[in-house]
Amino acid sequence: MSDDEPSDSIDVANVGISFGDVEVVSDVSFAVEPGELVGLVGPNGAGKTSLLRVLSGTLEPTDGTVTVDGTDVHDLSSRAASRLVAVVPQDTAVSFSFDVRTVVEMGRYPHRSRFSPPNTSDRELVDRALERTRTARFADRPIDDVSGGERQRVVLARAIAQDTPILLLDEPTASLDVNHAIETLDLVRELVDDGRTAVAAIHDLTLAARYCDRLVVVANGSVVADGEPDEVLTSETLASAFDVSATVTPNPVTGTPTVTALPDTASESENGAGARSPLPGRVHVVGTGTPALTVLSRLTSAGIACTIGPVASDSPVAETARNLEVEPIESPPFSPPGAEARARLERAIEDADVTVLADVTVGPGNRFVLETVLESGPLAVIKQRPFAERNYAGDRARRQYEACRRRAVETTSSSVLEEVRVAFADRPPSEFDGRAESTADDD
Amino acid sequence: MSTLYRTLGWTVALTATLAAVVVSSAMLGPVRIDPVTVSKVVLNLTGLFAYDVSGVEQTIVADVRLPRILLAATVGFSLAAAGTVMQGFFRNPLADPSIIGVSSGAAAGAVAAIAFPALFPAVLASVHVPAFIGALVTAFLVYAIATEGGRTPVATLLLAGVALQAFLGAMISYMMVHSGENLREAVYWMMGRLHRSSWSDIEFALPIALLGVLVLAAYTREMNVLLLGEEDAQALGVNVERTKVVLLVLATVVTAAGVAVAGVIGFVGLVVPHMMRLVVGPDHRILLPTSALAGASFLVLTDTLSRAGPAEVPVGIVTAALGAPFFLFLLKRREVHSL
Repeated sequence: MSDDEPSDSIDVANVGISFGDVEVVSDVSFAVEPGELVGLVGPNGAGKTSLLRVLSGTLEPTDGTVTVDGTDVHDLSSRAASRLVAVVPQDTAVSFSFDVRTVVEMGRYPHRSRFSPPNTSDRELVDRALERTRTARFADRPIDDVSGGERQRVVLARAIAQDTPILLLDEPTASLDVNHAIETLDLVRELVDDGRTAVAAIHDLTLAARYCDRLVVVANGSVVADGEPDEVLTSETLASAFDVSATVTPNPVTGTPTVTALPDTASESENGAGARSPLPGRVHVVGTGTPALTVLSRLTSAGIACTIGPVASDSPVAETARNLEVEPIESPPFSPPGAEARARLERAIEDADVTVLADVTVGPGNRFVLETVLESGPLAVIKQRPFAERNYAGDRARRQYEACRRRAVETTSSSVLEEVRVAFADRPPSEFDGRAESTADDD
Repeated sequence: MSTLYRTLGWTVALTATLAAVVVSSAMLGPVRIDPVTVSKVVLNLTGLFAYDVSGVEQTIVADVRLPRILLAATVGFSLAAAGTVMQGFFRNPLADPSIIGVSSGAAAGAVAAIAFPALFPAVLASVHVPAFIGALVTAFLVYAIATEGGRTPVATLLLAGVALQAFLGAMISYMMVHSGENLREAVYWMMGRLHRSSWSDIEFALPIALLGVLVLAAYTREMNVLLLGEEDAQALGVNVERTKVVLLVLATVVTAAGVAVAGVIGFVGLVVPHMMRLVVGPDHRILLPTSALAGASFLVLTDTLSRAGPAEVPVGIVTAALGAPFFLFLLKRREVHSL
């Protein structure tokens, strides 16, 4: 990029895009300052790609204008536009076998006249682009021979060789594994720090927050938020833009916002009370299988302190619980929990604001678990296969389980967070809650 | 830079091959003539030399064999170049020079002129002109049908070409049914005819072919960039719609010139670019000139075969009979799946 480029601000004013009768976006306005890396985020189909195509000049907007450095990009010839704006497209599939270097050399196309062979500076720029993207080592291989991730970096190299003040990237990390995604965004960040201006559609919100100076959230055909990542990435914005409930917590290492989506809870949170009631401070989870682990990870990721048990020590459940920084109540493998486990369980359930009864298999040795749960505070029971299949402790255990269910809130492991809220809000537990008067055993 | 040297190297080598093939072909026939004599006649024809050659040999080489051989070279040159452009343009390994109906249009014009000579004024007496016009009109029609709102989607172009080819095929069949005693001539034209070639055929086709391929060679970088897809090409600064028109017009004119003088000769424009792609790679800067030159040698060789047997076989039969199995061989080796 030459230093005599005065400024490369992009101004998107009231842009509307329609394909036939289908309106993709309407009245989109935002500005990109020179030397800024702006992330375009939003759900699939929100029109991010179309907006990038309008920015690059390849798609004429139905309404509004896009000006770069004061000039409407659609008034420029494609050659002039391509000296100003380079594009890294999302779809890099190829149907030919040029070698990698030739593809990168194509980035020099807008700078060369028809009959002049590439000069020294062309070759230097191509070499540098190959090195910066770490594609130099396979520069002589055919492009259809390299992996999808490598191909994406080759296309980025092409855009770097194009040597434009503005770089547009459409999902530059879509087909990359995590270390290459970070490497690529590091490189984009570096290019921006060198003075380029970049707009990137990035679907990974956490990465977008980490690398972009500013995020523009596009949803339902318009801009719903525009600002610095920590201003923009809030549970409210995400709920309205992505129709998903999510938590945003600062990344312990980088300090940038980290987004954790919590699926299937959006509908519950919309119907009112549940969303506003506070989360319990401590939950005890009873269970030894996948549903229990799902519950545990949902709750811990929402910041709730959990206990789990009793579980067999060294079992995958115990291991995973420790990974989630939850200390499990352990019992020796292949033998019933002893008196110590029982005491710890009683204490844990007493301390818990809410108890969640997940997939518990009851035998004569651990029937005390149900007895203890019966004494618990607010209770949520996870729906799953009939208790009869899990009961090896006879009729008494069945009656105890039924008693638990009657005073509990029923839920599934995926929507446990909302129901734990409800259970917590419903305290003290109302016996014979109407909710539980269903069939004798659930499916 | 290395691309330039590679291109030059291959061009020189293939030109030398072509010269060797032409001279060898001119030696063969009912009367064997030694290579030195053939070379002398060729050099005499340039007007710069005046070697002493016997009258009979001079006549056989200069008036009988060379026009046919050079016409074959010209036609092979045109068709292979146009095939390269079309395959790149359509990003489709099955594209050939006649994909948008050029050959069918030429055939319709030629067959009309052959079957109903009374309908054509004296100016159009030679088959070239109606064939050439038929080819251009068809290509223009296909382009006009496929263009909407200033854009010409490649897929629509392809389908419009297929549809118009089918229609013209019906017209040609109808005319042939009613062509009476001219049927044999029309059938021969449809199979490709290089026999009865004259210097006037070459004077018609060679300038168009050379000029067309020369201008196409100036657009090879655009052809490369277009292979990335139209969207990418535009983002890289190619004026996509204009470039498409230029490529289409040039490829059509070059094909039309070849078909008008030689009839429908299949497989040269399909197979030769694939062969050369295997050898030199997909870069059009080197692929276009090498394909054109290889196409010239290829058609001279097949035409030599077609007249080598006891009875002359139309060259179109030979190219298809050799080209189709070779293409299938490439297909099975999965060499033609990418451009």
